[in-house]
Amino acid sequence: MSEPRIVEVRRKILKENDVIARRLRESFDHTGVHVVSLVSSPGTGKTTLLERLLTSLGAAYRVAALVGDLATENDAVRLARSGAPVKQISTGTVCHLDAAMVARALEGWNLNELDLLFIENVGNLVCPASFDLGEDLRVVLVSTTEGEDKPLKYPTIFNTADVAVVTKYDLAKAVEFDRELMLGNIRALRPQMPVFEVSARTGLGLPALESFLVEALYAEQPASAAS
Amino acid sequence: MHELSIALSIIDGVLEEAERHERALVQTVHLRVGRLSGVDKEALSFSFRVASQDTPLADSRLEIEDVEVLIHCSACDAESTITDAPLLICARCGSVGGRVLQGGELEISKLEIVA
Repeated sequence: MSEPRIVEVRRKILKENDVIARRLRESFDHTGVHVVSLVSSPGTGKTTLLERLLTSLGAAYRVAALVGDLATENDAVRLARSGAPVKQISTGTVCHLDAAMVARALEGWNLNELDLLFIENVGNLVCPASFDLGEDLRVVLVSTTEGEDKPLKYPTIFNTADVAVVTKYDLAKAVEFDRELMLGNIRALRPQMPVFEVSARTGLGLPALESFLVEALYAEQPASAAS
Repeated sequence: MHELSIALSIIDGVLEEAERHERALVQTVHLRVGRLSGVDKEALSFSFRVASQDTPLADSRLEIEDVEVLIHCSACDAESTITDAPLLICARCGSVGGRVLQGGELEISKLEIVA
């Protein structure tokens, strides 16, 4: 056998995902759809927050949601109560959404009939970080009940997100949540990152989050372009 | 374990590149993986071994080169290499949150092939 020959390749491993994500972003831009993705651990309250956002933003905008889970359609059923079009993406054993799954889920949807699309990722703070879904804004959620050091334990997802939302403020007191520590840890990673503190149950902080999202999405320069 | 998805993408990518070289036998696949890429090297090597079975890459070796994190500090204009990830702290002035110049890499850098 002859000596091995070295071939320079310099090829991005997730090139295919990036190509599909770019195509999605182009069609979102073209049809005027603004896209927000939500990432967090399981149980942080993505679906509960999304229920509230779909209902309140749905009064002024044409909203819809895609929701990723390994199995069950429970989240889609819950979200559909808001009246918005909702589609479940069942990933089987895959721990994250990728751009191709989003593209497949949107087949048959007329994007011209939408203003805002929310994509709820599979509950996981690790794997979704690597996959661009064509979104304008990536929102990372962390709850008051899951430990103030989450941002430091999962820095990659915080580094790829545009906005942080701290959820379950109604439970903060019961779990002796240390607000300054949590905010300090987020700032240690991303000093400029916008942070919203909310309770989907009581409604605390939701109006501020909603106005931020609308302003960021409808600004000429989306916030994600700055990161 | 998104490393399995990534391993499958590596296999697709390498086979596509190998086609351009008359489907030469790929002995070694060299990757560059940044420390901010969110990919675990051991999990990736394991996933590659599993996923490459029954493919033309079943006997190929995977060599992973770490790529250090390099940031540019907007406060003092210095570039520094980050040793204690995850915090992006400028080595010169101590400011936090510089712009990442490198460290997010996830790429197939080169292939060693035999005709």
